[in-house]
Amino acid sequence: MNNPYLPYPVRIDSVITETEDRNLKTFKFVFLNPEDEAKFAYTPGQFAILSVAGQGEIPIGIATSPTEKGFIKFTVNKVGKVTSFMHNMREGDVMGVRGPMGNWYPWETLQGKNLVIVGGGFAFTTLRSSIVYMLDPANRSRFGNIDVVYGARHPGLLLYKDELAAWERRDDINMHITVDGTTDPNWKYNVGFVPAVTKQKAPSAENSYAIICGPPIMIKFTLPVLTELGFPPERIISSLEMRMKCGIGICGRCNIGTEYVCKDGPVFTLEQLSKLPSEY
Amino acid sequence: MSDMYITKGKLPGVIERLMGRYRVFAPVKKGRYHQFARLTGAAEADLAFRNTRLSPKGLLHPQAERMFEYSLAKDDPERGIVKESPKDYSPGVILGIRPCDAKAFQLDDANFDTQTVKDTWWVRRREALTLVGLACNTPCSTCFCTSVGSGPFETAGLDALLVDTGEGYVAKALTEKGKKAVDASDGWDPAPADSRGKIDAATKAAAQSIGPSFDPETLARQDMLELYNSPLWEEVQFSCINCGTCTFVCPTCWCFDIQDEVNGDQGDRMRLWDSCMFPLFTLHGSGHNPRAVKTQRVRQRFMHKLKYYQDKYHCGAACVGCGRCVQACPVNIDIRQVGRLMASPSCVCPA
Repeated sequence: MNNPYLPYPVRIDSVITETEDRNLKTFKFVFLNPEDEAKFAYTPGQFAILSVAGQGEIPIGIATSPTEKGFIKFTVNKVGKVTSFMHNMREGDVMGVRGPMGNWYPWETLQGKNLVIVGGGFAFTTLRSSIVYMLDPANRSRFGNIDVVYGARHPGLLLYKDELAAWERRDDINMHITVDGTTDPNWKYNVGFVPAVTKQKAPSAENSYAIICGPPIMIKFTLPVLTELGFPPERIISSLEMRMKCGIGICGRCNIGTEYVCKDGPVFTLEQLSKLPSEY
Repeated sequence: MSDMYITKGKLPGVIERLMGRYRVFAPVKKGRYHQFARLTGAAEADLAFRNTRLSPKGLLHPQAERMFEYSLAKDDPERGIVKESPKDYSPGVILGIRPCDAKAFQLDDANFDTQTVKDTWWVRRREALTLVGLACNTPCSTCFCTSVGSGPFETAGLDALLVDTGEGYVAKALTEKGKKAVDASDGWDPAPADSRGKIDAATKAAAQSIGPSFDPETLARQDMLELYNSPLWEEVQFSCINCGTCTFVCPTCWCFDIQDEVNGDQGDRMRLWDSCMFPLFTLHGSGHNPRAVKTQRVRQRFMHKLKYYQDKYHCGAACVGCGRCVQACPVNIDIRQVGRLMASPSCVCPA
């Protein structure tokens, strides 16, 4: 019997500071035991528990796509004890990963559909995983149009800037990058809040699903826009965050009514959420 | 297997022989209360108890337990790699567990031992332990096991059941595991001819002494959101001081925390009982807290036991009617009363 609490040991292969405020760093991990990589088979939308001996554990969305082999990446916001410690860890340090945890975006259902991806701030990690996954040559033909609205408060807070620029240049994905405001005279993308930009770009709801991840305030104001565009609740998909310990539906703290966010989620449709207590 | 019998004077000898083959856990008197403890001598066991103050859940899910250990020493090539802490999975017997507490283990299985995820420690300890129950001849005034699918002589979840018939104990093995334990303890005689009649009468008398409480099936049929949004929670939470005692004494409260503890350059990852009564239980790193308010936490506890669990696992409420929370609550919140209020959620007057 495999112990689900025992982390796979990983080595930090690189650490990249993503944002100007230095609060977000992307950690690239390589499994110490190569056979663990196969055991960690994951699907975009899932998360993992990162483990630092002596500090504790944290649930973090998987930022890489399963189409990227040999490593996994996590973008970690500096918030509490474990994340602050991690921000001082370096290449070569050893820590642990448990998972993958939770459900994923419903890729079977999404086959042949257009996708509208709406992200804000640092909640873009599993969306990055999803975009890389869909843009993979083996997968791109399985999906229709892909529209991405991604916003941050200012340009310095956007994640994965090199990739955003590369996706901008492609003709098989429609990028709508936006910032709340900027003093950069050379800023060539949108300026405006995510809900307003979503409304302005008005991606069609025809044969479409929307995936939305971001701060609660962004979600609150974007949902009415998506509804207005014609997305019914069962075609609006979101991913939730909760305080977690076990990550496998046992320790009891991350439930919303009957559902454990760690095991039954973190991915829910708006329709599913409407049947649960609004306790998140 | 037919019923076996010993006089009470022979019990220490039986326990002695059991201890030769098993780790034996039994109620031991500590101060004013009884609690389950690993026996070091047969005389420590005291079966003249109503119920233990804490449930025996700690034998399967200890209040504080070392999960893993690791070195943080700079020169250790294994530095930072988390490793299993050794555990004792040798055969054990929980002697004198009440039928309600054995039923609680079955309810807890739905959480720890699922199709997709298995909590290794829980599952392996479950396998290692044989449950030799003791029927309740005199239930407490706070008992309500008969309302929630158990009973003072209930055998479900047990491997063997002992019944106190006055001068002695009648034992009935219920499973292979139970038969092995009875065999290993040796010294039993066939039960006297009149013992079955005595047990039947005691079973009836015990069940009749338990008053009505609430009907979990009514709650199963109710709408989850309607119950969640009911004004009854304001009423229920009013006197609660969020001390968490109910969750610690409850045999079906399994919530836990995971914490790292470091001593010098050695560390342990610990699993510790936690409680939905505490605001930290759900506090996000960002400061956001989905259950920041006491009402939300009180509602969570009762909704989880009596509604969410039923809706999720379809095996009744996560309550066995042991009444420990009723006895231990410093402000007299009574889950039987809450269950009745939930059964008529539009009415917040005392049922």
